Amino acid sequence: MTRSMPQDPMIQRLIQQARQAPITRRNILQGAGIGAAALTLAACSTGGSTKPTPAKDKSASVKALNWANWAAYLDEDDKGNYPTLVEFEKQTGIKVKYDVAVDDNNTYYGKVKGQLALGQDIGADVVCLTDWMVGRLIRLGYTQEFDKSKIPNAKNLTPTLQNPDFDPGRKQSLPWQGGFAGICWNKEKLPNGLKSVDDLWDKSLKGRVGVLSEMRDTMGLIMMQNGVDISSKWGDKEFDNAIEVFKKQVSDGQIRNIKGNAYLEDLKSEDTLAAICWSGDITVINAEAGNKWEFAIPTAGGTLWNDNFIIPVGSSEKANAEKLIDYYYEPEVAAQVAAWVNYITPVVGAKEAMQKIDPALADNQLIFPNEETLAKTKIFRSLTGAEESKYGAAFQAVLLGS
Amino acid sequence: MAFSAFASAAPAQEPAPKRRSKIALLLLAPGVLYLVIFFLVPLFTLVTTALQAPTASGDIGQYVPGFEIGNYATVLAQYSPQILRSFGYSLVATVFALLFSYPLAYFIAVKVRHRPLLQNLLLVLVIAPFFISFLLRTMAWKSMLSDESFLVSALKGLSLMAPDAHITGTPFSVIFGLTYNFIPFMTLPLYAVLERLDTRYLEAGSDLYARPFTTFRTITLPLSAPGIISGVLLTFIPAAGDYVNASRQFLGGTGTTMIGNVIDSNFFDLQNYPAAAALSIILMSAILVLVIVYILLSVYVWKTGTEGLL
Repeated sequence: MTRSMPQDPMIQRLIQQARQAPITRRNILQGAGIGAAALTLAACSTGGSTKPTPAKDKSASVKALNWANWAAYLDEDDKGNYPTLVEFEKQTGIKVKYDVAVDDNNTYYGKVKGQLALGQDIGADVVCLTDWMVGRLIRLGYTQEFDKSKIPNAKNLTPTLQNPDFDPGRKQSLPWQGGFAGICWNKEKLPNGLKSVDDLWDKSLKGRVGVLSEMRDTMGLIMMQNGVDISSKWGDKEFDNAIEVFKKQVSDGQIRNIKGNAYLEDLKSEDTLAAICWSGDITVINAEAGNKWEFAIPTAGGTLWNDNFIIPVGSSEKANAEKLIDYYYEPEVAAQVAAWVNYITPVVGAKEAMQKIDPALADNQLIFPNEETLAKTKIFRSLTGAEESKYGAAFQAVLLGS
Repeated sequence: MAFSAFASAAPAQEPAPKRRSKIALLLLAPGVLYLVIFFLVPLFTLVTTALQAPTASGDIGQYVPGFEIGNYATVLAQYSPQILRSFGYSLVATVFALLFSYPLAYFIAVKVRHRPLLQNLLLVLVIAPFFISFLLRTMAWKSMLSDESFLVSALKGLSLMAPDAHITGTPFSVIFGLTYNFIPFMTLPLYAVLERLDTRYLEAGSDLYARPFTTFRTITLPLSAPGIISGVLLTFIPAAGDYVNASRQFLGGTGTTMIGNVIDSNFFDLQNYPAAAALSIILMSAILVLVIVYILLSVYVWKTGTEGLL
């Protein structure tokens, strides 16, 4: 099909020029060369499985520190200041930039993984992430080893948390706060309450149940209901059995939604009346939106998780970060934080310190669990890299409805 | 027009063509550079990522450069329901957007043509939702459609909905969200062509005893075809790749996931970058093919006078 040439002389000339510059072999080769260069660049940026080397510590000269943490995870006053952090700055002269940068383990990891793999600064010198993610970072060599002599208060760490399988001896991680995953329900709509995970699958709750998108909590609770000890060495069979239960409840429409932090919105809007949820959150929404919800550890057991301090491999403020961690392991400081965030503090002695702040909180099982409560909960065992890929894919497949 | 203005300002005699070519190249350079940096390089990265293979350890998120063409087969086999669903949902949403937008655009562009103040006010109302974030508006719909919302309680009270039925998390709410969010992209191009519609043709039609429907079919519709074509493209393309409306955080559920959600999950949750990249390429190619077929049909088969698109 011939097309008439545009009448504009300028365009006609441009077309003429274009016709006079035919594609030659050299042009194509040049193009291919540029393409190949881009390919090499792309390959460099993503490849490489060698572990990065830690950055040089400049703490002696630079008195600054960036701390990345989750929302509502540090005591805050009405003016938006963090009292314990202000005190730390006063004591040490280190200027701390507290950044609520972590919204989700995976999303945060996705954001910083490129720099971590290259050993570069991720804009944070100390980060608090959940056990399994910390396990992954340690496995891949993305963290720096602590100089324990600089963190004398680490002796205050609760004995049960001293030797997790992902970091025996706590060489590269120390717990910040912990919590339980259990079940919760709307007291007004369900006055009889719930006892076990199986109660969530009751016909009367069809389409009104929410579960967490955090695989280890949702699958952990279902596996415990199936009688599996999630902290010991279980395998594919146990996981697959639990996935079958989960898949059935999702495809039957029993489970309404699967979410991260946003599950609280569903509880508030009453789209969900019962859910698998995190202990500290229920205290918070009861305070926010009327005393309507109750939390319980299921009869078959709940999961216990911790978020841990780590120093990313690219941080040049290691000694400063260690000072900060040491400071938060002082029982008085830990109690002050726990009184505000309502999660489990890993610091021995904080309970006694809490007696002075608020005796009622010192008896709260969700903040200072006793032996009996702790016995009802288990830590989800660490997964190998291959297991993490495999189980993660199986869990996500249910979430995506495939 | 810009070209001729430029040419007339140039001196009368022909300058050396070589020199002008350099200027043209220089003027093109920023655009070309921009495309190379922000389009070609990412595209190359995407293509190479889609071919990466897992490391020997199989650890999560660890991949090495490779030539795993099988990645495409794997994701196609695993996610074909979501891929088909994406195109199905966005097609339905596009049809609804067209059905709602056409009368609206016609009203604004033709019916109130002689009342410019009202016309402008209505146009502002069409654009007004853009003043608020897309996410916030979708979130607002989520709460308006939630189980304990006024709407759902009322429908259940009137027995128009089963007691255990929901609106959020269903295909209805996802298509509703897509239609709602992309309607302005349909209305505005339609408005742009209808605004130029010469009403004397319509008068001529009725003078020649054509029924209103015949006038619409033979005059208004063909004249507004370029607007329909661009409106459909502007609605369908973003809707097919959308992952907000169908997300579990917003209007969707586990049974309504679209390809965008699958890419999101593979990228952020599973760190399966090759799968996410392969899916992105599939999405891009599928849209490209559909759009080309659609444009060819509209130009050569339906003869809508949209040759300008080619």
